[in-house]
Amino acid sequence: MDFSIFAILAQDGVTNGAVYALLAMALVLVFSVTRIIFLPQGEFIGFGALTVAALQSSQFPRLIWLLIGIGVLTFLVELGSALRQRRYKPLPRRLLMWSVIENLIYPQFIWLLAHSFDWQGMPMAVQILFTLAITVPLGIMIYRVAFQPMAEASVLVLLIVSVGVHFALLGMGLFIFGPEGSTTHAFTEWSTALGEMPVSGQSVVVMAVAGSLIGLLYLFFDRTLYGKALRATAVNRKGAQLVGIGTSQAGRMAFGLAAGLGTLAGTLIAPLNTVGYDTGFVVALKGFVAAIVGGLASYPLAAAGALLVGLLESYSSYWASAYKEVIVFTLIIPVLAWRSLTSGHGDEE
Amino acid sequence: MKMSTKKLQWLMFGWFFVFPFLPVPGYWITIGNYIGLYSIVALGLVLLTGIGGLTSFGQAAFVGLGAYTTAYLSTTLGWSPWVGLGAGLVVSGLAAALIGSVTVRLSGHFLPLATIAWGLSLYYLFGTIEFLGKYDGLSGIPALSVFGIDLSSPRVMYGVIWLCLGGCLMLVLNLLNSRPGRAIRALAKGKTMPEAMGIHTAQYKILIFVLAALMASLSGWLYAHLQRSVSATPFGLHMGIEYLFMAVVGGIGHVWGAILGAVVMTGLKSQLQDWLPLLLGSNGNFEIVVFGVMIVLLLLWSRDGLWPWVASMWAKFHPPEPEVVAPAIAPDGYSDLPRRARPQAGALILEVSDARKQFGGLVAVKDMAFEIRAGEVVGLIGPNGAGKSTMFNLVTGVLPATSGEIRFCGERIDQLDSRHIVRMGIGRSFQHVHLIPHLSVLENVAMGAHLRGRSSPLAAALRLDRHEEARLLFLAAEQIRRVGLGEYMHTPAGSLALGQQRILEIARALCTDPTLLLLDEPAAGLRLKEKEALADLIRQLRGEGMSVLLVEHDMDFVMGLTDRLVVMEFGSKIAEGLPAEIQNNEAVLAAYLGGVE
Repeated sequence: MDFSIFAILAQDGVTNGAVYALLAMALVLVFSVTRIIFLPQGEFIGFGALTVAALQSSQFPRLIWLLIGIGVLTFLVELGSALRQRRYKPLPRRLLMWSVIENLIYPQFIWLLAHSFDWQGMPMAVQILFTLAITVPLGIMIYRVAFQPMAEASVLVLLIVSVGVHFALLGMGLFIFGPEGSTTHAFTEWSTALGEMPVSGQSVVVMAVAGSLIGLLYLFFDRTLYGKALRATAVNRKGAQLVGIGTSQAGRMAFGLAAGLGTLAGTLIAPLNTVGYDTGFVVALKGFVAAIVGGLASYPLAAAGALLVGLLESYSSYWASAYKEVIVFTLIIPVLAWRSLTSGHGDEE
Repeated sequence: MKMSTKKLQWLMFGWFFVFPFLPVPGYWITIGNYIGLYSIVALGLVLLTGIGGLTSFGQAAFVGLGAYTTAYLSTTLGWSPWVGLGAGLVVSGLAAALIGSVTVRLSGHFLPLATIAWGLSLYYLFGTIEFLGKYDGLSGIPALSVFGIDLSSPRVMYGVIWLCLGGCLMLVLNLLNSRPGRAIRALAKGKTMPEAMGIHTAQYKILIFVLAALMASLSGWLYAHLQRSVSATPFGLHMGIEYLFMAVVGGIGHVWGAILGAVVMTGLKSQLQDWLPLLLGSNGNFEIVVFGVMIVLLLLWSRDGLWPWVASMWAKFHPPEPEVVAPAIAPDGYSDLPRRARPQAGALILEVSDARKQFGGLVAVKDMAFEIRAGEVVGLIGPNGAGKSTMFNLVTGVLPATSGEIRFCGERIDQLDSRHIVRMGIGRSFQHVHLIPHLSVLENVAMGAHLRGRSSPLAAALRLDRHEEARLLFLAAEQIRRVGLGEYMHTPAGSLALGQQRILEIARALCTDPTLLLLDEPAAGLRLKEKEALADLIRQLRGEGMSVLLVEHDMDFVMGLTDRLVVMEFGSKIAEGLPAEIQNNEAVLAAYLGGVE
């Protein structure tokens, strides 16, 4: 292997690693705030990429149907729980009003927007923003419907629910997008060379976007009150509740962020890879491997793990491409072995 | 909840054996075959996840190991399927032992994630290895035959599969109702309690991990010879998830839930696959949507799955009887149970010298020194945060000491872990009770008798342990009567009042045959009468030559009961002496009531 191949593989690895890093961050975030292992993350990758692809080929983004449907469901769940608590407290009119706006009116507004513009001609950034406007509320609604009613359940039960949601979304994905995958337009045709190494504009965009998002997340968690509230919830749920942080609000926010990060990850990989409705799962699992390297708790470690996964994947696809996946997923065993040796005795409930 | 619903269980199981003799269509037999195959895997998961508390999404990979091993041996090498069975079990068992020794020590959520990862990596391995036929797999696997009788027909295979399932079921039920079984049940409560009973938690975790893998491998072997070909797809992650689903839907904490879950899920899935395309068209994979939604709904409705619900319905008509009963009179050999020699009254048994525990910069216990002599009741008291519990944890081996020495009967114990310390004769109770709530008082107390028996899991599964088991249960029952909980023998421990639960923990500690009994705030939450009964019990134990160290808040309680008091504040000993002296000690008064400037 000469230097140029080495460098290209490294560039590939870091590019993929940056995407895995976004996914790993989202997983760490959701897990630490809600104790939910967010398997449906993979679906958002597919949803994001396919929706952008649909916008670019001037098809109606059919994900909006799902948004409308789940919106109705969410409203019914909120109405139901408000009615059930009527005996103890008056009907929360303002809350219900908001629920109508968020869950019933907003999806229709999006539907209207989708119809009233020619999205094909828009710049890609706008298309991605519009896609986020669909997927982020979807993530929040999913939390509200499936997870919030059982937020206090054990990690295992939440995990099983998570798998159930993953199945449901996967099936819906097939129905909405069909079995075919798509690619999106490239972000840029620009490319340059760094010494002997050709650098594609695509890689630069992916790294820049991932890097700045990680930076933004850092600022969000470190500098804003909301971010601090999320961190407080992650550290101690009960304690956060006692000082007036709404933990279900924190959960919704975590899901919204995770859905957004998943969508972005999908749009970042879509120009280079054909993304189908079911592509995301394996990609998200690699994000998991990265998150596990970080112990599901540490953001910088998770990012480092993501780079490791990306590099490992890219080099193993050069030397032993058939065993690429085997190698990436087996990485977790020595990592866990190391963790189990270094961590003392954790006593779980 | 666990109480006997035997009739219902065997009725259900018996029905499955009558089923193939009915004139049912072949398709139903096929479904029945799959239910049997899935049940075997789900049964392993109940043992592993529901009872042992270790979640695995990777069981399908072990099914694959069993299936591929026999497929390879019987096609490429032309060996007998029965060799394939043995080889498959060995391969899966070894793989499980290896993976298990790395992953089962991990806490909580790491394990399920790790199982996802190795499940995937084994799946990709099946699909890439040349001699396993890559993604095409292996075909032309011979049918089973025994003594020249061909077993290839699905109806005959049905019998084979359900006999295997019946066998596994029997072994698992036997195992759970035994000394090793109680150790496995204790695992779900974390590490501290079982280790304090002398249970080697890591070993038992690996044991159930291997057992679950062996069952999965058996299912894979049956699958390979039923299907006559194998490929990677049915051993992927999705199948691994479905196995766990079956167990959760059926009731993951219940052995019979495994079969119920497999029946419901397999039946439902085949029905959904038939009906949904008719209703909704065939351009979507609707059955997994409905499947996913139903899982979420089921867990919203009942987190414990279907079996507990079925069992409680049945219990309305057939009142349950206790499943584990101690013999009424002392069984043979009871008097031969090894008992520790009591040290002479007044002999030094516990010696703490300059014990120190540091957490980073915080010195929680600072050069403590005190001793306990045989037949003494010593109280360790002090205001909140004085370091009493840390001191307690040092003596019981939950935490290692940073420096200093703790000796018990002359031997150093400050660096030993709690499993070894209980073996030497220090029994303990917990400040926050550690019980398995759905098990009866008897079964909970019998966990303390773990070190008094020796029967292996294999002996237990084969029912070769019944003599020893009778002795252990009688021992446990004796301790329960000794502490005055005799009338609650078969009550689920979780339904006792808190005070009674604390007393139960003392009975459990007594089962370990301790020389020194350590009680962590035993009187907290007790009413006056109960406190008096507890004090009487402790006096009685002292009368029998036992030494007791009490960590307590309740001044009245310790004053009337203890021979000597050790008072701690800010990690150090501030006073020691007779209760009456301590009552008038100025440093103690200052510590408790605030100093006089």
